[in-house]
Amino acid sequence: MMTNNPEYAIEVIDIQKSFGSVAALRGVSLFAKPGEVTAIVGDNGAGKSTLIKCIAGVYTADAGEIHIAGKKVHFTTPEESREFGIETVYQTLGLIEDLTIWQNLFLNREKMKCIGPFKILNKKAMRLESAQMLKNLDVYIPSIKGRVRGLSGGQRQAVAICRAAGWGSKVVIMDEPTAALGVRETAKVEDLISRMKEQGLAILLISHNFDQVLRLADQVWVMRQGNVMAGMRAKDTSGDELVALITGASAGKK
Amino acid sequence: MKLSPKSSTSSAQAGEVETSTLNKVRLATKDPFFWSNWIVVIAFILVVLVFGALKPHSFLTMYNLNNILVASSIPAIIVVGQTFAVATAGIDLSISSIMTFGAVVYGIAFTNGSSWWVAGIAGTIAGTLCGFLNGLIIAKRKISDFIVTLGMLSVAAGFALVISNGVPRQIVSNSLSNLAIGGFGGIPYLMVIAFVITVAAHFFLFNTRFGTHILATGGDPDAARSMGVNIDLVKIVVYSISGTLAGFAAMLTISRIGAAEPAANTSLLLNSVAAVVLGGVSLFGGRGTIFGPFVATLLLQALTNGLTVVGVAAYYQYVSIGLVVILSAALVRTK
Repeated sequence: MMTNNPEYAIEVIDIQKSFGSVAALRGVSLFAKPGEVTAIVGDNGAGKSTLIKCIAGVYTADAGEIHIAGKKVHFTTPEESREFGIETVYQTLGLIEDLTIWQNLFLNREKMKCIGPFKILNKKAMRLESAQMLKNLDVYIPSIKGRVRGLSGGQRQAVAICRAAGWGSKVVIMDEPTAALGVRETAKVEDLISRMKEQGLAILLISHNFDQVLRLADQVWVMRQGNVMAGMRAKDTSGDELVALITGASAGKK
Repeated sequence: MKLSPKSSTSSAQAGEVETSTLNKVRLATKDPFFWSNWIVVIAFILVVLVFGALKPHSFLTMYNLNNILVASSIPAIIVVGQTFAVATAGIDLSISSIMTFGAVVYGIAFTNGSSWWVAGIAGTIAGTLCGFLNGLIIAKRKISDFIVTLGMLSVAAGFALVISNGVPRQIVSNSLSNLAIGGFGGIPYLMVIAFVITVAAHFFLFNTRFGTHILATGGDPDAARSMGVNIDLVKIVVYSISGTLAGFAAMLTISRIGAAEPAANTSLLLNSVAAVVLGGVSLFGGRGTIFGPFVATLLLQALTNGLTVVGVAAYYQYVSIGLVVILSAALVRTK
């Protein structure tokens, strides 16, 4: 069984969550290491989304523990989870189309400066730092003063990911980051994920795309009906094995 | 083209600079924001030029321009509140009723011995309370802005009649009437007040954290909430601002007419929505300026004034203002 290991960026132990009589998570345990992409795969209804929402603080688990870098944590809101360095990029991205890129990057974390008794936005500092945030991950966007409305799907994804990665965060959760993207944009986002990995972030990746999982991930967890069926290194598995585990054709090894 | 390598590079650089500024202009004109922001200014200048050409000796006089500024000032204050409400993808239909309620509270306070400005504070607070209630119900009960403020429209107008017994009160105060008559460097006091409020509102919306949150809430409430923006608080504050400004405008109205009347001025509500649309604020929220609706208010007053000056019957003025609003909305939409 898993132990409380400080080498894990995040570790969940025996998480359970029910909605009324429906048990969405029946005791899920898994971990993610820093500097690695950890993929969670599973069929619809396997509990992936519920699990990441428990980690992101959207839901509070009924039972079980969450450890960050070996320390047990407890949170009940997304803000609290964020304070522990956990950021989530949802499929909806959470960007405001009519705001500029820098406004989105700093939404609810605005930099302020004092002018007399007033605290006002430090726009210049936010623009400079926004440019730096994008540059750190080699994301090219024509102008950070532009509005998100004018960006392509891939650029939006990149902005949302940069926002998640740019706040001293330790764990970045991504829910189907390339589901809505074309081939070239998918490749760019995958590059971006690799760079985040090099910077030492732990990335929790939810994906239905087995090729992508095998390409990007270091560790793979397979979920089925609210349980973890198997966890293995990505290099030791194959698409066929994953399909067998997801559908239940193979019983799995814990 | 026989140029030395050196001069060719320098000319290439000059060319680049030129295209980049040209591109900037081209990009700006392609941006829908550019048009929604500037169309109202262009329209305002057109209106002034057309009426000025038609009736230079009656429209373009200092006296008449002063009239337009005075007539614009109270609507301009009301429109600031409406702009905030619309920026959060809401609408405040109750502002003219809240103003009436504020006026009645003013009248009661004044006739019971309060000084003109103490009564003004009472009327303003009455407006704040109405707006706060609007915001609280919208945010906490998740009822649409339209329904809640429509209800408040009736409730505030009703209470205004109840507490005043439907009787107007005469307000005689030299200081107060001086507010309506006097001016500062040729600009009427009322317009100075309206302009100061407009500038403060612009500063609040674009230079404070809360202002950004207002725009974020209007643009995409779900995304704003997921980033931890307190969208309930945004709604409550926005409607409180709108109510406060309506209560404050009540005092200015009393300064002009010398009485606190329990009758609602419905054209004020209509004009405020019209000015917001004309001023390029998106009715879907999240996008807009403060100065756009301000200029739009001047435009609407100049239009009314100009039509009167050229002798168009008052009935047609309603028609023309309605048409201008629909036309401008259609123009901004297609851009």
